[in-house]
Amino acid sequence: MKTVKHKILVLSGKGGVGKSTFSAHLAHGLAEDENTQVALLDIDICGPSIPKIMGLEGEQVHQSGSGWSPVFVEDNLGVMSVGFLLSSPDDAVIWRGPKKNGMIKQFLRDVDWGELDYLIVDTPPGTSDEHLSVVQYLSAARLDGAVIITTPQEVSLQDVRKEISFCHKVKVPIIGVVENMSVFVCPKCKKESQIFPPTTGGAEVMCQDLKIPLLGKVPLDPHIGKSCDKGQSFLMDAPASAAALAYRSIIQKIQEFCGHHQPKEEHLVGS
Amino acid sequence: MEEVPQGCPGTGSAQAGRGASCQGCPNQRLCASGAGAAPDPAIEEIKEKMKTVKHKILVLSGKGGVGKSTFSAHLAHGLAEDENTQVALLDIDICGPSIPKIMGLEGEQVHQSGSGWSPVFVEDNLGVMSVGFLLSSPDDAVIWRGPKKNGMIKQFLRDVDWGELDYLIVDTPPGTSDEHLSVVQYLSAARLDGAVIITTPQEVSLQDVRKEISFCHKVKVPIIGVVENMSVFVCPKCKKESQIFPPTTGGAEVMCQDLKIPLLGKVPLDPHIGKSCDKGQSFLMDAPASAAALAYRSIIQKIQEFCGHHQPKEEHLVGS
Repeated sequence: MKTVKHKILVLSGKGGVGKSTFSAHLAHGLAEDENTQVALLDIDICGPSIPKIMGLEGEQVHQSGSGWSPVFVEDNLGVMSVGFLLSSPDDAVIWRGPKKNGMIKQFLRDVDWGELDYLIVDTPPGTSDEHLSVVQYLSAARLDGAVIITTPQEVSLQDVRKEISFCHKVKVPIIGVVENMSVFVCPKCKKESQIFPPTTGGAEVMCQDLKIPLLGKVPLDPHIGKSCDKGQSFLMDAPASAAALAYRSIIQKIQEFCGHHQPKEEHLVGS
Repeated sequence: MEEVPQGCPGTGSAQAGRGASCQGCPNQRLCASGAGAAPDPAIEEIKEKMKTVKHKILVLSGKGGVGKSTFSAHLAHGLAEDENTQVALLDIDICGPSIPKIMGLEGEQVHQSGSGWSPVFVEDNLGVMSVGFLLSSPDDAVIWRGPKKNGMIKQFLRDVDWGELDYLIVDTPPGTSDEHLSVVQYLSAARLDGAVIITTPQEVSLQDVRKEISFCHKVKVPIIGVVENMSVFVCPKCKKESQIFPPTTGGAEVMCQDLKIPLLGKVPLDPHIGKSCDKGQSFLMDAPASAAALAYRSIIQKIQEFCGHHQPKEEHLVGS
């Protein structure tokens, strides 16, 4: 990990809130600058969505003398996922914890990442083997922090508070929270509907209570789902949409956070 | 032990404890003695316990956030509307137990008695069990690895005093891992009626759901059918239908045709569902005439019909 400047985890206690969608678009957004080297690691072993969302279905991983090669979307954007190791996308990976942990260790140790500005790690929902393992294996390598994804309703926030609690327990800094699926604007009459109602104030109130930054709120937009299914960058497909603008603002805040946390050896002395 | 040595032949293999990779493994002696290959005695204990449970239904999805817990809760509510039907809902999502909130049972505690743990009752005929009831605060994170989660699931199945039940509904976390393998393994002698699989229309979900269907085939759990949640959203003002999660590959309908599995129904997005869940109330009671509630009821009826045709009588099992 010495050749990787910034390492970001994307977490949520809750499933289906948009972790993989966000991870993929964070990677796309950062890699729009050709001089920024970005990699996206998908450690969701049972439900690896990243190959589809990045348009890399059917790709295979190659081995070389220096280790496994990530699959490249662009020259400066590489991806690794268990999805690339399956013979068919419908193959179920039915592994218990220890075997999943072994795979994560291999991804971190045996993939030839090269010189990277950003390594983004997409995780499955929960606070279990995968999360403990990635934090444990990266413990000496200094994670910049975690971005936590939620949706507005209390059933989600409840699981997200557990994830925040997990981060505190394992001492992973929290970059901030992203609230997905905030509102839906009817394309015909422009009425705003809160499909996942923030009955307890949504992420905004939770972040105030827990004194954690709210990085932004992203509205529901059918173009996001379409782009993901087609494996394209939503930021390119619908750049002027409210959702794309929200994503870009959030990505900028993450870059600023990482910019203030340069992993220089001299800063760590005595810390 | 949290990690297996590289090249571990597996605790059930003939090479267990004897392979070259076994050297230095703390479990080597246990495996070599053959004890690791013996079936878990809990499986027989659970089979006995489950004799008073007529129908056992798993609610599964490869994908997170598609509405498993919402559906499980409302399946339980729907079945329990008949006072003479005894229903229980078991939540085996150890990391993200949503059922206590959705059933309006936050803050409730589990009681122990001579006959085991008592479920928490919503109604006289509707009991619930979840790890959520064992936490001192709902924000406590349960940060357990697989083996500890498996132990909890075994306790839920073996030590809870379920009593005489018509239906036991088991809500699961997303994925195909420890929890899913464990619940199928522990219930293997007790005969599961089948699994209801939940999805949303987009291909990113269906991809994970096909894996879950593949899992069911591998572990020989019958599939009752698929429910497609979040199908459309109807704008309350202008009534325009929007497909927020577009079915770019035909949604659950095409997947079910391809895989020859019943599509039990499609449920539209409705903000009342989220509100009811957050308040811990039954959406079927809160908005009974809504399209979503009618869709749920039709699906619940199909599940009852499926179970009605699969009576777990001992004599039917002879020779099967």
